[in-house]
Amino acid sequence: MSLGSQLLQYLFTGITLGTIYGMVALGFNIIYSSTGIINLAQGEFVMLGGMMMIYLTTIIKLPMVVGFFLSILIVALMGALFERGAIHPLKDPSVVTLIIITIAASILFKGGAMFAWGKETFSLPAFSGEEPVRVLGATILPQTLWILGIMAATVVFLIFFFGFTLTGKAMRACAANRTAASLVGINVKTMVLLSFALSAAIGATAGIIIAPIALMDYNRGTMLAVKGFSVAVLGGLGSNVGAVVAGFVIGIMESLGAGFVSSGYKDAIALVVLLLVLFIKPGGLLGSREKGEFKKF
Amino acid sequence: MAIPLGLGNSYYLNVLVFVGIHSLITIGLSLLMGYAGQISLGQAAFFGLGAYTSGILSTKFGVSPWLALLAAIFVTGGIAFLIGAPALKLKGHYLAMATLAFGYIVYIIFNQASSLTGGPSGFGQIPRFKLGNFLFKTDVHYYYLVWILVIIALLISLNITHSRVGRALRSIHAGELTANVMGVNTAKYKIQIFVLSAVYASVAGSLYAHFITFLNPSPFGFHFSIVLVTMVVVGGVASVWGAMVGAALLTILPEYLRAFQDYDILIYGSILLLIMVFLPKGLFVGIFDLVKKRKNRQ
Repeated sequence: MSLGSQLLQYLFTGITLGTIYGMVALGFNIIYSSTGIINLAQGEFVMLGGMMMIYLTTIIKLPMVVGFFLSILIVALMGALFERGAIHPLKDPSVVTLIIITIAASILFKGGAMFAWGKETFSLPAFSGEEPVRVLGATILPQTLWILGIMAATVVFLIFFFGFTLTGKAMRACAANRTAASLVGINVKTMVLLSFALSAAIGATAGIIIAPIALMDYNRGTMLAVKGFSVAVLGGLGSNVGAVVAGFVIGIMESLGAGFVSSGYKDAIALVVLLLVLFIKPGGLLGSREKGEFKKF
Repeated sequence: MAIPLGLGNSYYLNVLVFVGIHSLITIGLSLLMGYAGQISLGQAAFFGLGAYTSGILSTKFGVSPWLALLAAIFVTGGIAFLIGAPALKLKGHYLAMATLAFGYIVYIIFNQASSLTGGPSGFGQIPRFKLGNFLFKTDVHYYYLVWILVIIALLISLNITHSRVGRALRSIHAGELTANVMGVNTAKYKIQIFVLSAVYASVAGSLYAHFITFLNPSPFGFHFSIVLVTMVVVGGVASVWGAMVGAALLTILPEYLRAFQDYDILIYGSILLLIMVFLPKGLFVGIFDLVKKRKNRQ
């Protein structure tokens, strides 16, 4: 393989990875915007989405489309349940308390998944065919196209939802100023519940579409959460455009790093970026200064 | 201190040595969480840095374990300063995120830098501590060594919490802006406490390395950082005594949970979640408060 096509191949891999990281980062943003909480259980939604899809389609043998939407719905309900059970009852919690609670939830989701499905790694057949498409000496799996397409659909949905629906606008109002939002009659608590469900749904979608390429097991969530968080911070917490762009940046850096430098250290790349952004430009690449200053953080 | 005389069984002693090692770390972490109002999600990495620095220096370079322990303190403390200074100068909870990332990076390095660390399978034959001709070799020896250091750490910590610095730290926890206005240099105190907590973890790591005499990366991952936070939370966040109770409870409890094997993770998660939602001041402080409230009502 020539250097050019090799580069192209790494680029494709990076874009695939970056799409997933970007979607995890979107999930972080939605909860962060409406509550100021960094939900460290975000990665578990991705894992649960993938595992649920595998369970529903390969074990219960539901059709792909039904499994896809049912998995998203179930994980969204879990997100809502988490909010009602652990976030809603809190009275004026400190940030340290919130951090520990989301970590505890992530441990419980992980433990629950291990309890339900064991420790094996599961695979999911690709959505349509395994035959790679050749492009300029590099290859693209059809699943990659699915991933990009579903990511694009998710982004369009979010733009429509936040820009043109009353509920979406109400959620944005809560993000801008909770007190003012409740003064104009928005039920802030419901919006918080909704943001957890929506965030879980997006995480689950990411888990479902990556499962055919990356396989899935109960233990995948934490690393995805940490990388998704790095992406969210690089893009500027709360900035959804930033999340998508930063996703590609970190995805491509990671695949180039794995290819040309060392595959053993590839997981460290996103983390080093996170540290550098925190120390040098805490607002992120595209985040406004105001947004970058952690709300409650 | 007389416990070992009554305990013939070396298995219980072994557990008590671990209670001591874990207490050292949680005392530091509770200073950070309870008094400076910050949280470290990478404390296991400082524990690991202490262990690996000590282990590598004494095994591969023939440095005496005591000197290695000292060197590890400087290495770990220095790194903690480099991480903590920029993160703590910013207002808010950047430290949590910085330590989370840092912990993972250190864990990856332990696994990947095989020529130095032995990679995932680790390395052994780490020498034990020696005083003149006296070799620390039994669990009883380590029991005394570890617990003397715990008592020293405890005295230093109590001294800090009851001094001017302690009051300054509590003022940070109560309200950083107010503290700043009163002329308290909050960033400086937070960095000092963070470095101190890392140093405690480093000493615990050195003790671990020269006690077990074998190191591999698995005890120093994110999971253990969370276990450490759980210990502090169980005991009561703003109490160094509580931190020790938490360390004891969560070191001894798993010994009896062996039957649950891998599912202990579910138990940890449930404990953490329940305590944080219902008794955010910690199990012991929380129960104490409840009892007091009930008494007042009568």
